[in-house]
Amino acid sequence: MADIKLTNLNKSYGAVHILKDVNLDITSGEFVVFVGPSGCGKSTLLRSICGLESITSGTLEIDHAVVNEVPPSKRGIAMVFQSYALYPHMSVYENISFALENQGVPRDEIKARVGKVADMLQLTPYLTRLPKALSGGQRQRVAIGRAIVRGAKVFLFDEPLSNLDAALRVATRMEIAKLKRDMPQTTMIYVTHDQVEAMTLADRIVVLQAGRVEQVGTPMELYEKPGNVFVAGFIGSPKMNLITGAPAEKARCTTLGVRPEHLDISTKASAGSMAGTVEYTEVLGSDSFIYVATDHGLITARENGRTAVKTGDRVHLKPMEGQVHRFDDNGKRIEGK
Amino acid sequence: MSNSFIDRIRLEPSRFALHLAVIIVVALWTLPTAGLLVSSLRDKNLIATSGWWTALTTTDRSGQGRTKDASAAVEQDGKFVITGNVFEGVEDATGNIKAFGTRVAKPDEFPAGATATYEDGRTLVVNGDGAYTYSSPVKFEEGRGQRVFYITSMPPKFTTENYSNVLFSEGIGRSFVNSLTVTIPATIIPILIAAFAAYALAWMKIPGRGFMIAVVVGLLVVPLQMSLIPLLKLYNATGFLSKTYLGIWLAHTGFGLPFAIYLLRSYIAGLPRDLIESAQVDGANDFKIFRRIILPLSFPALASFAIFQFLWVWNDLLVAIVFLGTEPDKTVLTYKLNSLLGSRGGNWEILTASAFITIIVPLLVFFSLQRYFVRGLLAGSVKGG
Repeated sequence: MADIKLTNLNKSYGAVHILKDVNLDITSGEFVVFVGPSGCGKSTLLRSICGLESITSGTLEIDHAVVNEVPPSKRGIAMVFQSYALYPHMSVYENISFALENQGVPRDEIKARVGKVADMLQLTPYLTRLPKALSGGQRQRVAIGRAIVRGAKVFLFDEPLSNLDAALRVATRMEIAKLKRDMPQTTMIYVTHDQVEAMTLADRIVVLQAGRVEQVGTPMELYEKPGNVFVAGFIGSPKMNLITGAPAEKARCTTLGVRPEHLDISTKASAGSMAGTVEYTEVLGSDSFIYVATDHGLITARENGRTAVKTGDRVHLKPMEGQVHRFDDNGKRIEGK
Repeated sequence: MSNSFIDRIRLEPSRFALHLAVIIVVALWTLPTAGLLVSSLRDKNLIATSGWWTALTTTDRSGQGRTKDASAAVEQDGKFVITGNVFEGVEDATGNIKAFGTRVAKPDEFPAGATATYEDGRTLVVNGDGAYTYSSPVKFEEGRGQRVFYITSMPPKFTTENYSNVLFSEGIGRSFVNSLTVTIPATIIPILIAAFAAYALAWMKIPGRGFMIAVVVGLLVVPLQMSLIPLLKLYNATGFLSKTYLGIWLAHTGFGLPFAIYLLRSYIAGLPRDLIESAQVDGANDFKIFRRIILPLSFPALASFAIFQFLWVWNDLLVAIVFLGTEPDKTVLTYKLNSLLGSRGGNWEILTASAFITIIVPLLVFFSLQRYFVRGLLAGSVKGG
């Protein structure tokens, strides 16, 4: 029930132009992830939607009403901060109830709503504790609980998992995915620089670079049809091989992109293959990464399971049929063969 | 175990030096205070004879007395005898006589109870309690009595008499109350004002904020003495402020505010931005953010400033004389102490007790708030403070 529409949104700090003509349509109930490298403006964009940053020009609409000048608390949004921003001197209960208290909700109702949220997030035994007595995961849940209790239409997450260790990060990621399933009407906007989070959580991903939207699409669209060289290089791990020079010219483009998993490794040369020497290999068990020094630079290939290739071997790499991406002089994708 | 201790010293020589330095500094600060406390609790005679570090041992003191003259002599068994007590007519005489003598050069010639014999056959016995028997085979000559020299030993003696003395008869009690009357409001008022100002200067978007901060920092370096005369003229013009407690509260508030705002603003500006933004998203207005988030979290800084301001105001003499005056019912402790130094300069028991009463309140304030004080000074250097 909360469409968000950004039209030509700009944000500058003095002479520094952070967000450049951002146009975005987010429909109600969508899970949208902003990804991009550090300093690309993704957090600024989120904070502008939240109302913590003013908008220099352009409009921001929530539910078809322009909210450029509306204070954060009146926008119907809730925000989960990277640091969680729990009030350190208040108990979990007070942390969760603070927003309701500010809205003047009657005491009984506050109690009921906090109780319900605490139940949902398994926080009931910790309601009287201070944040410092909680584990990282529990703090994270309190921060989410604070957002849920207000019944906000839009949830904003600012890199909520970056303070957690690897194991907890996976678990919390799944909890957030479940939260989204439980609240299908709630629009969620999530900022991260971790593409795994982006790929697994998002209905749609917005790739930002230097304050511009590079591409908007479902995770698979971005993976299969990156709109430009930047997106091609940013989405996917290990990175897509971006080859310039002879092989690209042969394919009638400026940059030829091939994902590591789309390279056949062979000890024999064949038509269209690139020869090179194996620099080193990384064997992860489930798959292996092979780094090959070729005339066109270091190329990464991926094999399932273990690999027979050893450092120093002479190998030939050949892109699989139909699995190459071609980009023109401006880095734009060239459709077709 | 001793090995590991030595290893630790070897591994961390700088740490060892640091600890040594801390111990020295602590000793330098604590010893005089301890001395003051011990002295103030000792008997006034003991203070005059020996140092406070001997307070727990028996003190020897030499003194002299005189026997009664010949008219007190009684004839007994063919001898002329004068009896009495050597302490008679001697001021401040206390303790037991350990030894006595007949010559000033040798006051410990005979132990108490022994018989001293003069060349012409006269004898003198002095007992521990000072009672003496002075006898002569012939009639005593007219004139003053014989001089007796003695050593008394005074056992340790502690008393609260000095305190009751200064509190009730020297007027320190009244000044103590006056000092509290000046200090407590003069500490609380600037905190209240400065906390609001500090929040506004740290987090509210107001035009000219940077300029206002610069003005506050500028005021930090204005010497207090510079504003005494203009302020006094202003007070005299208003009439109701001169020589009143309200007047001195406002004066101290004014002098304390720049530092208060500066200190609190730095601390409050160092609070995590996320917290304040989170509260904004949670729908709290500025006043609510201040009251529910900023104020509780700034307690270490508030306590730090409270200690500073309390000490300044408590130890202040100049502002008190100028704005409160020196009428007897309005004098503060520092003024009273100063005048005691002049009038009772020799009476150490009065000075030490007064001094200790003067420092006891700052000590209490410091010890009750010191854990916040330390945290407050570290503010900003440690993330999350």
